[in-house]
Amino acid sequence: MSKIETTLPRPDLFRFTMPLTAALAAIFGFVGGNMVAQPWLGAVIGAVIGCAIAWVAETNLDKRTAVRWGVIAVLALAGLVFGNLGTAVSGALIGAVLGWAAYWLANSDYRSSVPIYYTPGQTLWHNTFKFICGLIFFFLVAPLIPVMWLSFNAEDFFTFTPEMLNFQAEGYSLKHYRDFLGTDEWMVPLKNSLIIAPIATVISVSLGTLAAIGLSQSHVPGRRAIMAILISPMIVPLIISATGMFFFYAPLGNWLEANLGLSQSFVGFVKVILAHAVLGIPFVIITVTATLVGFDRSLTRAAASMGAPPVRTFFQVQMPLILPGVISGGLFAFITSFDEVVVVLFVGSAQQQTLPWQMFTGLREQISPTILAAASILVAVSIMLLATVELLRRRSERLRGLSPA
Amino acid sequence: MSDTTGSGPMLAADGTPLKESLGRALRRQKIRALALIAPLLLFVLLTFVIPIVSMLVRSVENQIVSDTLPGTIAALSEWDSTQGNAPSEDVFQNLFFDMFNAAEAKEHTKLGTRLNYENTGLASLFRTSGRSMDDIGEVFQDAIEDTDARFDDGAFWYEMMSGAGGDTLVADRRARWATLTGDSMSGDIGFTPSQEIAALLPMTATAYTDFAIWTAIEDDDVVAEEDPWEAVYVALAVDLRDPSRAAAIAGYNGAGADALQTLTATEMPDLTFADAFADLDEDWVSPDVWETVQVYSPSYTSGYFLNSVDRELTIDGVEARPQNEQLYIKLFGRTLWMSLIITSSCILLGYPVAWLLANLPVRTANVLMILVLLPFWTSLLVRTSAWKVLLQQQGVINELLVWLGFVDDANRLILMNNSTGTIIAMTHILLPFMILPLYSVMKTIPPTYLRAAKSLGATNWTAFWRVYFPQSVPGIGAGSILVFILAIGYYITPEIVGGTDGVFISNRIAYHISRSLNWGLAAALGTILLVLVLALYWVYDQIVGIDNVKLGG
Repeated sequence: MSKIETTLPRPDLFRFTMPLTAALAAIFGFVGGNMVAQPWLGAVIGAVIGCAIAWVAETNLDKRTAVRWGVIAVLALAGLVFGNLGTAVSGALIGAVLGWAAYWLANSDYRSSVPIYYTPGQTLWHNTFKFICGLIFFFLVAPLIPVMWLSFNAEDFFTFTPEMLNFQAEGYSLKHYRDFLGTDEWMVPLKNSLIIAPIATVISVSLGTLAAIGLSQSHVPGRRAIMAILISPMIVPLIISATGMFFFYAPLGNWLEANLGLSQSFVGFVKVILAHAVLGIPFVIITVTATLVGFDRSLTRAAASMGAPPVRTFFQVQMPLILPGVISGGLFAFITSFDEVVVVLFVGSAQQQTLPWQMFTGLREQISPTILAAASILVAVSIMLLATVELLRRRSERLRGLSPA
Repeated sequence: MSDTTGSGPMLAADGTPLKESLGRALRRQKIRALALIAPLLLFVLLTFVIPIVSMLVRSVENQIVSDTLPGTIAALSEWDSTQGNAPSEDVFQNLFFDMFNAAEAKEHTKLGTRLNYENTGLASLFRTSGRSMDDIGEVFQDAIEDTDARFDDGAFWYEMMSGAGGDTLVADRRARWATLTGDSMSGDIGFTPSQEIAALLPMTATAYTDFAIWTAIEDDDVVAEEDPWEAVYVALAVDLRDPSRAAAIAGYNGAGADALQTLTATEMPDLTFADAFADLDEDWVSPDVWETVQVYSPSYTSGYFLNSVDRELTIDGVEARPQNEQLYIKLFGRTLWMSLIITSSCILLGYPVAWLLANLPVRTANVLMILVLLPFWTSLLVRTSAWKVLLQQQGVINELLVWLGFVDDANRLILMNNSTGTIIAMTHILLPFMILPLYSVMKTIPPTYLRAAKSLGATNWTAFWRVYFPQSVPGIGAGSILVFILAIGYYITPEIVGGTDGVFISNRIAYHISRSLNWGLAAALGTILLVLVLALYWVYDQIVGIDNVKLGG
């Protein structure tokens, strides 16, 4: 059956493409004009430029790439002439948007993802909806951008300097990264975090995986109640967990120090590690039980029927299959500990100061952009963790797809 | 297969009845499952559940008053507060000995701090009075030493008080010190009071035993070489005030008998303890102070909880606190209200995004999902610092608006250190927790339903509102409860961007833990918050089931 070809009439230049492009350009012009207290003049100039772009797009429909780059270049040049490097970059960005919008309108791209029978009103709503979603995605991700940008600030400010906005080299430096990497103030907390988080993760993963396997058996008395208790560290607000641990761990620590002769710093680490381990457990339980739901039980039975003892069955048959779930549970547990500050503030002492603790005190008291360098590094770390978890999830789905239902 | 043909019960391969054999197998399976869960369950109980329970206990615990002033509390039970008079001399006498010991152990300031939460000014009253206990004692000590100089000698005292048979007294007093200080107070003290002297001079023997235990165990000194402390002289003078003692002392012939007999013949200072305390501070004879002590004397109190809801416990029952001290109901209200606003804005922002993700082709949806998961995986502190950078008066948003000329440089928007800042930042932080459950529910709604509705003539809006939306309600419920639970317990973000108007109840709990040190109140506030969260958790479990919580899509 051949595909039914439909061609939509392209919109009219003067009644559709030109007015809309001009309106968009006028908004940019209004904002730009506002900077020099001439918003309406700016809007008019913008509208004229918009009309011109729309006309060029309409007459050069097949040279989309060339025209769009041309618009970007012209507006960037205009920005450079009337301002500095900063305005040139803004001009280039506006040019990219306007060029894209002109072709999007002129080429009927705005209808490409709606059914052919949609009325103009429905099409308008569809695109508005997409635009709103775009804004929400922007809201989700955009706040992280200034942090990373400002971490290269040459000044000790939490805000953009004119040099930074004009993209002048002297406005940028790596000094906050040097501060972060070169001083004990940040390196000791980082080291503490790297001691506490992995040990806490190992405890939660080993105990959590075992319990998740137990929970996934067919006959577990009181399964619901046990599950509720094991998940509770995630549900109970951190401040309450921290308060309870503060009351309970202090005498426990004193007892350990007095009766077992352990050093204060060691006991402090033990307390924080235990606290973080228990906070990570719900994440391990949730991810591993989710993986075990799709686990094919006949595999363990097959292993047992061939004479493998339970331990060997576990390590050679079950473990490789549920490994992705275990690892992503472990990553959740790791990030929980690595990111945790309330409990460590209450349970730990200055010797256990972790990276988030140092950031928290930094944010509350002295304002140093080194925090932003630390934050940028953490964003990089979380991107890597996210990528790992995504890969594992896909692998797990693939493995599950292979096993018979 | 012969089992089925026979008349007996069905047998398993090993000859046992099948029912029994299956039962055993099932039992074994259950035990194995529990054995796998047990280590973790034990770990969670020990490191998490017990601490939470200890917090619950602490919110009603109030032993400090009866532990520090046991004699005073016992004597005070006779006192009738409605008369408007100060308590009897007996109460003050007990107060002297209780305070003396407490001041030696430096426990009186803790009690003062505790009672100060209920009646401002008691902290300084206890702190200054504790220092003056020695002064009261010296009045008696000087009089006794003037009568017979041997009373100035520690060895003389030791010889007079030692003997045999006073072991129970030592054990009693040891337990008393242990309660007061919280230490075990075990160890040899090298002193046993004589049974005879304990019967003759009961208070003196008690006071000297207290002194001996403290000297031997806390100060690590030899009792016989140390001069007794002032309280012992006071006890002796009090003992001698009893006229019936003179005859008994006259018939006594143990060590130091002659010195004691001289003492009975001399006049002791007629200082009453009530006057002595009134001299220290007029507040000691104020019924108001004693009312507080009496109301808070039981070992368990509802006082902290009443304080958490802006009430206080008085002698006449529960009353509202003064207007200017009312804080917590408002704070709880604000926490709930702001969490509600944050939850609604998360629904508002999360719903379209989840819808888009659920209806796009999988490949595109996976790419866009990264934009949702990235903030989810980014450190909370990074996101909070990002909002601080954006929202502050010299921050990115204000700078941008000023640069573009929309906001006057002098009238920058105040976006931070108020509730606006908290709501914006927390909506951003909690949005992924709304999108993910919504997405997983919307993924299961077949897109054909919408098409069917439209083909039957429904408009877009009707199709959405009558067909799609009702099916997505479970997702909204799950996401809302999750976001709400997380929001009402938030601490970090309100602390940094909330200023004073945008803080939550959790910030107040942290304040009481680390600054005001009113741990009982912190525990009571925490308990109320916990009950609230557990109720929501239960609802969540009923609606969604905790097994169905998913992480990261």
